[in-house]
Amino acid sequence: MEDVIARMQDEKNGIPIRTVKSFLSKIPSVFSGSDIVQWMLKNLCIEDQVEALHLGTLMAAHGYFFPISDHVLTLKDDGTFYRFQTPYFWPSNCWEPENTDYGEFLCEICYLYLTETSLYEHVFNEILQMAGDQLDHGVLAVYLCKRTMQNKARLELADYEAESLARLQRAFARKWEFIFMQAEAQAKVDKKRDKIERKILDSQERAFWDVHRPVSVYGLQNDIRSHSPTHTPAAEAKQPTEEELQEQIKFRQAQLDRHRLKMSKVAESLLSYTEQYSDYDPFLSTPDPSNPWISDDTTFWEMEASKEPGQTRVRRWGFRIDEVLKDPVGREQFLKFLESEFSSENLRFWLAVQELKKRPIREVPTRVQEIWEEFLAPGAPSAINVDSKSYDKTTQNIKDPGRYAFEDAQEHIYKLMKSDSYSRFIRSSAYQELLQAKKKVKCFKQFLT
Amino acid sequence: MGEMEQLRKEAESLKDEITAARKAVQDLTLQDHVAGTAVVGRVQLKTRKTLRGHLAKIYAMHWGTDSKLCVSASQDGKLIVWDSYSTNKVHAIPLKSSWVMTCSYAPSGNMVACGGLDNMCSIYNLKGKDGNVKVMRELAAHTGYLSCCRFLSDTEIITSSGDCTCLLWDIETGTEKTVFAGHLGDCMSLAVSPDFNTFISGACDFTAKLWDIREGQCRQTFGGHESDINAIGFFPNGNAVITGSDDASCKLYDLRSDQELITYQDSSIMCGVTSIAPSLSGRLILAGYDDFNCNIWDSLKAERVGVLSGHDNRVSCIGVTPDGMACCTGSWDSFLKIWN
Repeated sequence: MEDVIARMQDEKNGIPIRTVKSFLSKIPSVFSGSDIVQWMLKNLCIEDQVEALHLGTLMAAHGYFFPISDHVLTLKDDGTFYRFQTPYFWPSNCWEPENTDYGEFLCEICYLYLTETSLYEHVFNEILQMAGDQLDHGVLAVYLCKRTMQNKARLELADYEAESLARLQRAFARKWEFIFMQAEAQAKVDKKRDKIERKILDSQERAFWDVHRPVSVYGLQNDIRSHSPTHTPAAEAKQPTEEELQEQIKFRQAQLDRHRLKMSKVAESLLSYTEQYSDYDPFLSTPDPSNPWISDDTTFWEMEASKEPGQTRVRRWGFRIDEVLKDPVGREQFLKFLESEFSSENLRFWLAVQELKKRPIREVPTRVQEIWEEFLAPGAPSAINVDSKSYDKTTQNIKDPGRYAFEDAQEHIYKLMKSDSYSRFIRSSAYQELLQAKKKVKCFKQFLT
Repeated sequence: MGEMEQLRKEAESLKDEITAARKAVQDLTLQDHVAGTAVVGRVQLKTRKTLRGHLAKIYAMHWGTDSKLCVSASQDGKLIVWDSYSTNKVHAIPLKSSWVMTCSYAPSGNMVACGGLDNMCSIYNLKGKDGNVKVMRELAAHTGYLSCCRFLSDTEIITSSGDCTCLLWDIETGTEKTVFAGHLGDCMSLAVSPDFNTFISGACDFTAKLWDIREGQCRQTFGGHESDINAIGFFPNGNAVITGSDDASCKLYDLRSDQELITYQDSSIMCGVTSIAPSLSGRLILAGYDDFNCNIWDSLKAERVGVLSGHDNRVSCIGVTPDGMACCTGSWDSFLKIWN
């Protein structure tokens, strides 16, 4: 790629670079996106504009040239202005920003910032981040930020931030002095540099950070990173130790042993789930009576909040046990039904354990004891039937009671409810009546109007 | 060194066996199975409300369980709790650090949480005695930025961080209870399962991991993405996971067959996915991208069936209400929009 770049920069046959007069100032050393595309079509074995744009965008992603006005590293076939990156920042120089010779690098940066050039917000973020990772060198950068902050009213530092920076500066006082002296010396030398040259250097440096930024999420636009040679995927870590390998083997063995459901079954279950719920998905079906966001009528929400469940709501309880347990009115009805059959202890236990998990930690031990006494202890008033394995485990757990003391027992009871109590509830006349009730009323209302 | 070599070989062969076991259950692909199903019709959502008030880029938003209140976090250093239906601001909470990257609404509606480059998760009590919103806890233990946080209840919260770990906290005592370590890159996002027993995390090591909250262990790992996973969510049935990545694609992984089911991508989309959320039935997947748009995908047919365009900058966050009625997008243009 760098051969092509060298050809592009050739004085005679390369891309024409010029200084453009803009409204208030001159823009030095630029060429347009179209210039690049035209040059590529003429000088390279490229068939069409699409290919040229693709190649150009890859070059931009690597940082060989960049648009001067924004941070989006792509090539556009129009009048957008681009500039070449200085070879110092080329990827082939194996430039690792995490280089240990950081102090030197930062001194180079500081001459850019101790002058009047603007400190781009995103670079400030980088530097703050660096201050976290490499306190030694980052400290300088942080100090520099503070210096420039004093000149830049628009970059308002919160009191909290300014305080931290000041604290860091004081903590590393001696080191600051030395580095700062170096920085000032360099700054003096280069203040003499041509203003235009500084402008170019500044934009090149900024573009370098656009390619190599450490934090990809905060404040920065994205580009095609995966092809960059300097982007080392985090997965290529150091060689694992013996202990780590043993762990890995154990983990992988467990993974291998897990039961895998056939894709066809999974696909079928996904399809049937989405079909079952499509009536309830407001993006797919119109809610009844209306979507409050569209009609400005909040009846739907009022109905959901009421203790009298509508037919659609009741129908949903029949889909799966979780729907009943999720809906407060559903739980109430389910409990009522089970109580009528004198078999409510399972549900009451399940509900008690759910509630336990939300309790403040100081209340947990007492509550665990209460639940044990009520449902599991020998002679418990609401004795539940749990398999012996879970029972033994629970007996152990309550000796050191935590929020998850009843986890095994709860899981067992949940499965029991799902296959037994829940199916009885759905088949019960109580449930069926609720299912029909609203329908009847609706028909009657329609009859009246 | 013979033993190390043996161990390495064993680990490698297990990896191959897992790949084979996954392949063994591929009797039919999702595409095959739904070949006879029609694509969902074109979905055209309109902006119903615009929430104005933030002064800088919005980084995160989260719906409350009532499907009307939501919280948003912005670089202007504020957390705003909105009554999105009336567009009124219920609370405007000033933050100590403006470098916020995530926010969360507790299921009870009593608290909100946020965090970011300050490496902490700050919990705010919305129902204080005197009506003022105050910091209740500052959970500090992460050594990297806080990328995401989600409440399990008023007493527990899970956080993910740039230090490659996730933590389960007891809010009352302000201490970390469980460390979930295993990712090899920054953890960017997390989502809790509908039954609150497990959670998933997406990271910059290109993988998503399913964790058992109680045991603190990773149960499953899913790969396949070619770049950082920025966004992750559960499919509504709790048995599948959706991810959004910098590689410009979204994927659906199934937990029971332990593998990827389908990828949502298009050659015309070249920018990263920032955020993702399923519709109530799961048939639609809404994903926010760097190119200022949101794409709506038919999750089973893997076709684009709609676009939400209306923001003037990157869509950084997206959320569908628990009742499925509306979706909210938050953007770097400082606005939140409600769509349906």
